[in-house]
Amino acid sequence: MVIFYYDKTLEGLLSAVFDAFKLKKSPEQLLTQGDIAPLFATDIHHVETRNSKYERVQLAMTKRLANITLRQLMAVWFSELPESDHLIFRYLCKTFRSPSSIETDFADPDVLQVRQIAQKVSKECEHLRQFVRFNAINNPTHHSNDHSTHMAGGEPTASPQSEKIYFAVVDPIYNALPLTLDFFEDRFADQKWAIYDSRRQYGFFYDLKRVEPFNLLEQDDLLVNDAINSHYLTEDEQFFQHMWQRYCQALTIKERLNPKLQRQFMPKRFWHHLPEMAMSNNPTSNITDQQYRATISNNRPDNITKQQK
Amino acid sequence: MDENLIRKLEILAESAKYDISCASSGTTRKNRDGGIGSAHGWGICHSFTADGRCVSLLKIMLTNYCMFDCAYCINRHSNDIPRAGFTPKELANLTIEFYRRNYIEGLFLSSGIIKNADHTMERMLRVVTLLRNEHHFNGYIHMKAIPGASDELIAQAGLLVDRLSVNLEIPTERNLKLLAPDKDHQSIYQPMRHIQQHMLENIEDRKKFRSAPKFVPAGQSTQIIIGATDENDQQILQLTSKLYKRPSMKRVYYSGFVPVNSYDKRLPVTQEVPRTRENRLYQADWLLRFYQFDVNEIVNDEHPDLDLSIDPKLSWAVRNPHYFPVDVNRDSYQQILRVPGIGVKSAKLIVSARRHRKLNLDALKRIGVVLKRAQFFIICHEMKSFKLQDASPEYIKLSLQDTVRLTGPVSEQQSQQQPQQQPQQLAMVW
Repeated sequence: MVIFYYDKTLEGLLSAVFDAFKLKKSPEQLLTQGDIAPLFATDIHHVETRNSKYERVQLAMTKRLANITLRQLMAVWFSELPESDHLIFRYLCKTFRSPSSIETDFADPDVLQVRQIAQKVSKECEHLRQFVRFNAINNPTHHSNDHSTHMAGGEPTASPQSEKIYFAVVDPIYNALPLTLDFFEDRFADQKWAIYDSRRQYGFFYDLKRVEPFNLLEQDDLLVNDAINSHYLTEDEQFFQHMWQRYCQALTIKERLNPKLQRQFMPKRFWHHLPEMAMSNNPTSNITDQQYRATISNNRPDNITKQQK
Repeated sequence: MDENLIRKLEILAESAKYDISCASSGTTRKNRDGGIGSAHGWGICHSFTADGRCVSLLKIMLTNYCMFDCAYCINRHSNDIPRAGFTPKELANLTIEFYRRNYIEGLFLSSGIIKNADHTMERMLRVVTLLRNEHHFNGYIHMKAIPGASDELIAQAGLLVDRLSVNLEIPTERNLKLLAPDKDHQSIYQPMRHIQQHMLENIEDRKKFRSAPKFVPAGQSTQIIIGATDENDQQILQLTSKLYKRPSMKRVYYSGFVPVNSYDKRLPVTQEVPRTRENRLYQADWLLRFYQFDVNEIVNDEHPDLDLSIDPKLSWAVRNPHYFPVDVNRDSYQQILRVPGIGVKSAKLIVSARRHRKLNLDALKRIGVVLKRAQFFIICHEMKSFKLQDASPEYIKLSLQDTVRLTGPVSEQQSQQQPQQQPQQLAMVW
């Protein structure tokens, strides 16, 4: 059994493809430092990530593969699914071995799976575009300069509109956030915004010029239990959230109630970030507080991992 | 004052909600001049209400005061409901605030008719102008064209909005006259024609001047109410297919009649919204638009109504056994598209995958073909025999009925038992 060890980066993976052809070996498993080699490992090779290696593979990829396939492979990489790296590895090896393009050979399980995982990831991207909800907050760096989150974003300006930051918390099952940034940058070009992935503990901040990654520090109190600390919200934020919620209720046609369809289109795991589904602070809702708590507990991570499988 | 604004929003949303159209697709527009917003190709649904319908645009009426007295409409003059109205500025601000929080794709503006059509249209135009010129809003705007509005106002509106629509509501003139004495088909088709003319002229203009602003880039749409009058599916679908032949018509929506008027003798007494029929009509609509079906293949004098127990594509296939079997490895894309259980996506995948190797049932299943349906109509590699020969149309029909949808939540237990039993019994008979 041939085993490759690599550093779990995309560059490392491409270097592994290079080594596979160089050494004429096809590994049955791709592992990373710290993983324990299986019992029957006979041949263990440590891949060294080097520019000269992965740049050659990259060049070959751009020559042999269409743009759409390259995007699909990127999406598979961002899916962070176990075995997704080996899938990319196999796909690339098949591409380079085959005399003609394999991109449309959908009877091949690997080709089809790349397409299917890419579809799942792009669906998660779509979910982000749909269900990101921005909350207007006052810039937290002005309340607590000593914390110095990485959100300072250039020189402080005086006008109140630019002090507003539209902040959203998301919790996607795949690492889809980086793939949606172009969309948000284009659409919300004239407002400062930040989207924070609470599952992976990082986010992106747009300061009217460019989008940059940021982290929240331990002692920041901006997030409490993955929700935004209401202390930071602007005065009219809760009013608009309440308004939106009442609007969505008014829009429902009572004669056609179909909650199953609603859940199908808008899975429950997104609900706790959606103001229109926040039933607890709504006195007119006929759903009791207990049911509301039940929906919240359904959204906890252990439930989501089940869906992931 | 704040509570007032919320109450107003609620009243006007209640009045607007029976308009089915929700699409925000058909335009791709990048953010311009450092403004706010963009339009995103196929549109994005931002939320879903408890009835399972999507909320994409801020669907709202400018006012729900209305002079007309159409029996099927909740805003009819004689109806006793709370009335309200926004000022254009209020509505424009609200749209922007919602948009900044990523609640919506844009605005769907409609209005009750006050004074006359032109006056109403002018007020609506003021909202749209505010959004586009003051707020530099690049998002999606869908506006209703008021029946009877002047050509000039429609020309003006078309350059500002993405989609204009006029609702047909009742498919035949006779029934429209009966239910809506203030309206006639002439006043509805007139603005439709204007929109189309301007659009075609605009396309010609843009060939000369690339930078000329687009006129309703997302075309127009319309809506037909189902079940309020006695038209059959053939009449409705014939009308639909005629409308789709016009170059600017992008969508026809079907709205199952919700009883909003309990005392009117002209309307049928219905308890249930005809959801199944509505669903079948949408399926037929899809066959017309994406599956290259002709309307006479779906409904004709022999079969004037759609079969409620099976979908129209299967229904067509069962009626036309001579068309099958389709060999997925040889036959054309158009032929494969006609097989029940194979959709546009799978058909495209099949056509590109079969160049590499012969496809067998396993490969088809992985591609996403619904073999439960398709098995009766195809032959493929490594398949022993063509199944349709051993099965009668009745057998196929019964084994593929979607019983769950038909019986509804009340008798769910029954429907769970039935589907397993029926096919076996019939198979033995055969």
